Amino acid sequence: MLWLILPTDGVPTLLAGKEPTLEDMLREYLPILVFFAVATGLGIVLILAAVVVAVRNPDPEKLSAYECGFNAFDDARMKFDVRFYLVAILFIIFDLEIAFLFPWAVAFKDISMTGFWSMMIFLGILTIGFAYEWKKGALEWD
Amino acid sequence: MAEFLTTPLGIGIYIVAQILLLVVPLLVALAFLMYADRKIWAAVQMRRGPNVVGFFGLMQSFADFLKYIVKEVVIPAGADRAVFLMAPLVSLVMALVAWAVIPFNETMVISNINVAILYVFAVSSLEVYGVIMGGWASNSKYPFLGALRSAAQMISYEVSIGLIIIGVILTTGSMNFGDIVNAQKGDYGMLNWYWLPHFPMMILFFISALAETNRPPFDLPEAESELVAGYQVEYSSTPFLLYMIGELVAVVLMCALVALLFLGGWLSPIPGLPDGMLWMFAKMGFVFFFFSMIKAITPRYRYDQLMRLGWKVFLPFSLGWVVFVAFAAKFDWFWGAYARWSVGGG
Repeated sequence: MLWLILPTDGVPTLLAGKEPTLEDMLREYLPILVFFAVATGLGIVLILAAVVVAVRNPDPEKLSAYECGFNAFDDARMKFDVRFYLVAILFIIFDLEIAFLFPWAVAFKDISMTGFWSMMIFLGILTIGFAYEWKKGALEWD
Repeated sequence: MAEFLTTPLGIGIYIVAQILLLVVPLLVALAFLMYADRKIWAAVQMRRGPNVVGFFGLMQSFADFLKYIVKEVVIPAGADRAVFLMAPLVSLVMALVAWAVIPFNETMVISNINVAILYVFAVSSLEVYGVIMGGWASNSKYPFLGALRSAAQMISYEVSIGLIIIGVILTTGSMNFGDIVNAQKGDYGMLNWYWLPHFPMMILFFISALAETNRPPFDLPEAESELVAGYQVEYSSTPFLLYMIGELVAVVLMCALVALLFLGGWLSPIPGLPDGMLWMFAKMGFVFFFFSMIKAITPRYRYDQLMRLGWKVFLPFSLGWVVFVAFAAKFDWFWGAYARWSVGGG
């Protein structure tokens, strides 16, 4: 956003239609890093504000884990349904596929018929896998 | 002055000023959006909603904010203290930093990177760590179960969001928001926007956004009758506030995404009227209104229905749509409506 004061140096080159250099592109990532720092700082300040301002008088009852009206009688980190794990695995497969699709989609106007049809075959194979999962009941939650 | 701004220190100060120029109005707007949310909800149920603090209750969110600050920070005895406090921080930071690449008009964007939408997709998928960490660190049963559910829900709907985004990129040929909006430019105003050719996907994106941000009717982690408040049960005071802000910032981000991807961003809906930032804000407000209305008028989904909808309806449909868009763009169906890179895209 440097164009406000430095029109020659900081014109957003991607929007101005001229070909950006690698340095131009990398320079655009600097504000993101600064943004991370500012956002983290804001969060820490908010947490610290309550720690500093608010009264704290903890007692064992207040600090015990919440459970409906009685003392906790088991470890909270218990075994859980394997289907959550299955969902995570399926997510990785499909998200990876989407990661493959991103560059293909950006370059779509330049790719040849071969590029087009090979992605269609890839998606076809993926659909067969998806149908198999479905048939095997990996997507069922009863 | 201009000379100073070319030094590293000057550039640093300038960047921080820009970020504050975005974050401070965003947080103030958030306070009023929270108020609007509650007012709309109340109006649907024929209640008055907040109407005591300030004129018509306009100051309600600020009163709530002060209340959060003076409340005691309770850290459960069995909790992992560092992770417990880090979790809401992750949630807030990941929601906020996505705004770095969101443009409000032709030139107003903090970080004009060419993979903007991929960056938003990546950062918003990291938000799930805030939930998982909070649920794990609390060392309590309800947060643990709530975090598992919430994580599974968020990643399920992220797949369809990704596929919908692919469809838009195919049509535009670029991942930069500026290019995506410019590709929606045309002589017919709002009829040139992507909501028309990508209409089913706009609906799907909106519903997935509801699930992704844990909003009703998909607020399963907060289903009070089963899980009390899900992963937030053990949180109090400002750590809880950070979760709330993070969630609402994510909601407004989704509004901005719908506005940019499908509703033409800062473009004017009527040909002849000037384009500008105000259109962008109006569109975000329009989408937010739907977020609020849906909260007020729909009953909550059951968890198995939610997963079935995500995996068996949204995923096949959005995958099929990507194939359809690819064919339509390649073979120039529908008078080139799906091949807009010639208009203004990259």
